[in-house]
Amino acid sequence: MRPPALDLPIMFIDVRITAGAVTILDGVTLTISPGMPTVLIGPNGAGKTTLLRAAMGLVPPSSGLVTWGGRESSDPKHRAIMFQRPAMLRRSAGGNVRYALAAAGMPRSKRHERATALLSEVGLTGLDHRPARRLSGGEQQRLALARALARDPGILFLDEPTASLDPAATKAIEDIVRAVSARGVKVVMCTHDLGQAKRLAGNVVLMHRGRLIENTPAAQFFATPRTEEARKFVAGELLV
Amino acid sequence: MFNRRMLIAAVAAAAVLSGGPVLAQYKSIVVSSTTSTQDSGLFGHILPLFKQKTGIDVKVIAQGTGQALDTGRRGDADVVFVHAKSAEEKFLAEGQGVKRYPVMYNDFVLIGPKSDPAGVKGMKDITKALQMIKDKQAPFISRGDRSGTHLAELALWNKNAGIDIEKDKGPWYKSIGQGMGAALNTASASNAYVLSDRGTWISFKNKGDLAIAVEGDKLLFNQYGVMLVNPEKHPNVKKDLGQQFIDWLVSPEGQKAIANYKINGEQLFYPNADDHSA
Amino acid sequence: MSGGESALQLVLSGDPGLFAIVRLSLLVSLTAVLFAALIGVPVGALLALTRFRGREAVVVILNALMGLPPVVVGLAVFLLLSRSGPLGEWGLLFTPQAMVIAQTVLVAPIIAALTRQTIEDLWVEYQAELTAMDVGPLHRVFTLIWDARFSLVTALLAGFGRAAAEVGAIIIVGGNIDGFTRTMTTAIALETSKGDLPLAVGLGIVLIIIVIIINALAWGIRRTGERYAG
Repeated sequence: MRPPALDLPIMFIDVRITAGAVTILDGVTLTISPGMPTVLIGPNGAGKTTLLRAAMGLVPPSSGLVTWGGRESSDPKHRAIMFQRPAMLRRSAGGNVRYALAAAGMPRSKRHERATALLSEVGLTGLDHRPARRLSGGEQQRLALARALARDPGILFLDEPTASLDPAATKAIEDIVRAVSARGVKVVMCTHDLGQAKRLAGNVVLMHRGRLIENTPAAQFFATPRTEEARKFVAGELLV
Repeated sequence: MFNRRMLIAAVAAAAVLSGGPVLAQYKSIVVSSTTSTQDSGLFGHILPLFKQKTGIDVKVIAQGTGQALDTGRRGDADVVFVHAKSAEEKFLAEGQGVKRYPVMYNDFVLIGPKSDPAGVKGMKDITKALQMIKDKQAPFISRGDRSGTHLAELALWNKNAGIDIEKDKGPWYKSIGQGMGAALNTASASNAYVLSDRGTWISFKNKGDLAIAVEGDKLLFNQYGVMLVNPEKHPNVKKDLGQQFIDWLVSPEGQKAIANYKINGEQLFYPNADDHSA
Repeated sequence: MSGGESALQLVLSGDPGLFAIVRLSLLVSLTAVLFAALIGVPVGALLALTRFRGREAVVVILNALMGLPPVVVGLAVFLLLSRSGPLGEWGLLFTPQAMVIAQTVLVAPIIAALTRQTIEDLWVEYQAELTAMDVGPLHRVFTLIWDARFSLVTALLAGFGRAAAEVGAIIIVGGNIDGFTRTMTTAIALETSKGDLPLAVGLGIVLIIIVIIINALAWGIRRTGERYAG
């Protein structure tokens, strides 16, 4: 079990993020604390991805403040993110992981061994030499996960990691996420799969139109949603 | 990986750029000359002999006489070797050259289609022949490139035949602005008349339907001269090596080499360095 | 150079004059491509990855420079290198070095423009990941160039094709001197004008064979690239 990450808690203090005339995040105040996975849910366009990226440190707020462990700007050394459609570097699968290790500062002599271990952790053993772009969709997603884990992060951000995968591939990813979380890595992920949220979440954050609607422990959220939007969303109605 | 490859590339490039033979004794001069001397193959014959004797590499830039003299004026050549006496004397008068030496002569010939539309075949009078060509408006190709041949052609029209060719030319007269080979090619392709030096004509391989129409007129005499570019104007001129080349050309040995150059047993150039009026 | 032999005979007999001409052509054009790459790849990559006012105009101009007429380049370099020109001191006119310079000027914009396009396209793909992996700016450039290497080599081959095929620039700055600055293309021009067509045709055949080999190489490299990188 690793000690809680130095970047936690991540605090959003009245964060607004605009792009031109469009408001993507509209005054979000939120604390992401160590512990079980935080799952962001909500309809498309709610701002989940932007919130995730802001928490990673990729998108600066237009107004308001984001802090990591109390610090206003933070070296992303201990955080990692996996995108919804990850780009494969034009190298082998192993090459992709070794590249991520190099970027994270691991000395050359240790990279090969660590890459093999990471590939094994995500179930891609034996595919070290396969060109990454020729992996299947599910394999590419797992490779992206291996790249993220190569950074040995204290916080792992996942943006709709199984959106385009079949059930078998989805299960493979969820198993890895569970294992990673069990090791003490804080997982923050977006999903629009309510079932996945039920399976993985420690607490659920519901977003709608750029605003935070609820931030509730998972069991409570699904059993007794507090807000009207949450009730509708859980019931499967469209939130407009 | 990048650094190593770039280093090898840089070293290779430096080696090529430092270029030329690495021998300290490498000697060479640049001679600007005419396309007719080059196209006739004369240089291919005499330059190896000169190199054998002196070890000097002669690099020939072949252009029209006008351009060749201009190259000398810019200091881009050490020696000029052309065939237009009045232009050469102007060059000397400008102080661009040191001294003019006559070297050799050949003659011009009027080339034309075997079908002879102007009816001048076999004539011995070039002046009359040109007048007939103009009267019949027979197709005529001019080099138009300020070369010695071009200047000679213009003199024949303007001075000798009494025709102001600039004013009186029509669509039958085509000025192409290129060398002798190109002019002969064009004449061959369009069944036209063209004034050529004999040397280039003899060695020309694409004669097609062309043949000599007029020859032997004294006016068709074509003298070649050589000059050292003035080192006082252009300090980079290799005056010792250049003078060696000139001295060899006018020496009995060089003159014999010139006379010995034959194509199909026919001599192309006649050495006359001893004729100081040439 | 002897005339009257059939073109094929000349090529197959390994005529030393022919061989020297081919060798010089390859040397000049390959060296020019090398220098053009040393200039063009960094410039192209820089242009792809930076943003500044007037960048669009620079990209348009660079693309336009790909179509620089060789004779114009030859004339410009000639004026620079002539003894009576600004760089006359170097005495480079009418030498193979001058030919390399002229062809480098001709080919560098091609390589720069193609590099810019390739790197920019790849950056669009890689940007999110490389940013997320916190890769520094210099390292990004190396990664993009390395990952795009097959496309970049294809760009180099395109540059070489342009250099090997042109005659306008090198005949002006080289002077087509027998045994010194005579290449395949300038020799073809000369022999054609002398009417020695078999030799010109022989040289033409060799030149076309080289062009075909270059194109085959480019195709092979693209295939290898697809196999390695997917």
